[in-house]
Amino acid sequence: MVAGNPWLAARTWYNAIQKGGPFMPITRKDIDHVAKLALLDLSDAEKEKMVEQVGEIVGHFSRLSELDTKDVPPTSHTLPSVHNVLRPDIPGRTLPQDKALREAPDALKGYFKVPRVVEE
Amino acid sequence: MELWRLPGHRLRELLGRGEVSALEIAQNHLERLEAKEPQISAFLHVNRDGALMQAGVIDDRIRQLRQAGEDVDAALPPLAGVPVAIKDNMCTEGVPTTAASKILRDYVPPYDATVVRRLREAGAVMMGKANCDEFAMGSSTENSGYFPTKNPWDPTRVPGGSSGGSAAAVAAGEAAASLGSDTGGSIRLPASLCGVVGVKPTYGRVSRYGLIAFGSSLDQIGPFTRDVEDAALMMNAISGHDPMDSTSADVPAPDFTEALSAGVSGLRIGVPREYFGPGTEPGVDKAVRDAIALLERLGARVGECSLPHTSYALDVYYIIAPAEASANLARYDGVRYGPRAAGAVTVGEMYARTRAAGFGPEVRRRIIIGTYVLSAGYYDAFYLKAQKVRTLVKRDFDKVFEEFDLLATPVSPTVAFPLGSKVADPLSMYLSDVCTIPINLAGVPAVSVPCGMVDGLPVGLQLIGRSLDEATLLRAAYTYEQYSGNGGQVAE
Repeated sequence: MVAGNPWLAARTWYNAIQKGGPFMPITRKDIDHVAKLALLDLSDAEKEKMVEQVGEIVGHFSRLSELDTKDVPPTSHTLPSVHNVLRPDIPGRTLPQDKALREAPDALKGYFKVPRVVEE
Repeated sequence: MELWRLPGHRLRELLGRGEVSALEIAQNHLERLEAKEPQISAFLHVNRDGALMQAGVIDDRIRQLRQAGEDVDAALPPLAGVPVAIKDNMCTEGVPTTAASKILRDYVPPYDATVVRRLREAGAVMMGKANCDEFAMGSSTENSGYFPTKNPWDPTRVPGGSSGGSAAAVAAGEAAASLGSDTGGSIRLPASLCGVVGVKPTYGRVSRYGLIAFGSSLDQIGPFTRDVEDAALMMNAISGHDPMDSTSADVPAPDFTEALSAGVSGLRIGVPREYFGPGTEPGVDKAVRDAIALLERLGARVGECSLPHTSYALDVYYIIAPAEASANLARYDGVRYGPRAAGAVTVGEMYARTRAAGFGPEVRRRIIIGTYVLSAGYYDAFYLKAQKVRTLVKRDFDKVFEEFDLLATPVSPTVAFPLGSKVADPLSMYLSDVCTIPINLAGVPAVSVPCGMVDGLPVGLQLIGRSLDEATLLRAAYTYEQYSGNGGQVAE
């Protein structure tokens, strides 16, 4: 009985992956694209490994399609109620500028300093 | 006197009666810490001077109270002089905080997390910052960007993770209590593998302000202690509404120590069959079933139940947690804090190189998975689908809690595993959390309480409660502890 048992389901997942499936057809192009979106400068070797590993992991997610969720609302949080949380509009002390800049790798005249943003 | 063997409430008692000073308590624990650290490596930063200073302030206060002829015991805060460790993903003003990541190497926060401030106000003495998996991503503390922590019961084995340093420090007597964070089991798993009590409170019960975010809809801070009474005291100190956290539950927190000794008579305890399978080690299975049988003999009404969507929880978690992580970790860009990669000409190059150099392999992997499931064309198939199945997982819990007050399960299918045995295979590591992940998806509270040893290694019993009903959880855990005699142990 795989369906009800998380450990067995996980084992099945693991064994299936060990045997080479189920896989999502994740390509090197996908990883290149996602790494760019995530602003991660990965080496070629790591990207190749990601094609395999992320494909394995994501491939398993497809079993969620077994479940009919047509009329099920999504859960984004588990709080009993959600409402806007605002503080009273009263002036107060915030983090002083020098303290806020103290950890910056580079700062100038009260600003965070970064390399060139606009291309020439 | 080996003060480090005593639980926090006993230390506080001795301090209130004037039998020891806060300085003696702090020094005694620092000696223990220095003796054990070469073997355990629970701390990324030892707050030696800060701890001695805090203890000195408490002793000054005691002298003043005595001179004024006041009742010292009544005037001292509830955790006065109690040595605590803080997981390194919680901000501590003036004390380094790295989340065990190289991308925050040498970061010194300009403010305290709300939980840290509350512990200071309650009189706790901060011994240092505890090691963990980088950004709390892992189940063994081997993903720390600095060094792995060892299990105090057997240093060739892992302490569990991600809050492994917090659990090991308490198990070894380096601190009486500590704080961890739990996104998919990161308090309960190391508590189980290190033989200490670990509480994952209801989502929203404890403020996350100043907690370095991993999965914001799942993360929750909670305590590690060597007995349940200390867990209740720590919960009292850290629980309650915080205007600085918009997801903080605006409900009053009860005094968790009050109901501890009410017993379990008539309590309905459900045993979900999905959590006991052939994958569970026989010794673990027996220890947990024996614990449930003891609760039944003490008057609880035990019955089997089912959480039918349990097997999908792992998939849901490994979509939602990386998705939230990929968004949360976008802030590490080498601009406002942390080291910056040198030599980049444009700001884009600077971001990408800083992030690749600063994040470790597991964090990079989860950022890629999270970004993938959120990217155009896959969002509905993965992320939205996972959120819908999360609803089904949560409904399972709603349904069983109509019939039962608590659920009882193992925390981990196995005892502590050898260091290095799962490092090369991230998937086998993910399996360590099969029994803890569904609880975070549902947002309900749970506790891991020691329930015996198998071949010299601790086993944990997981009790799961209704939303905001930590009081019943702690009451059952306390009753079990009193009758089983499993509380308060220290790893030699």
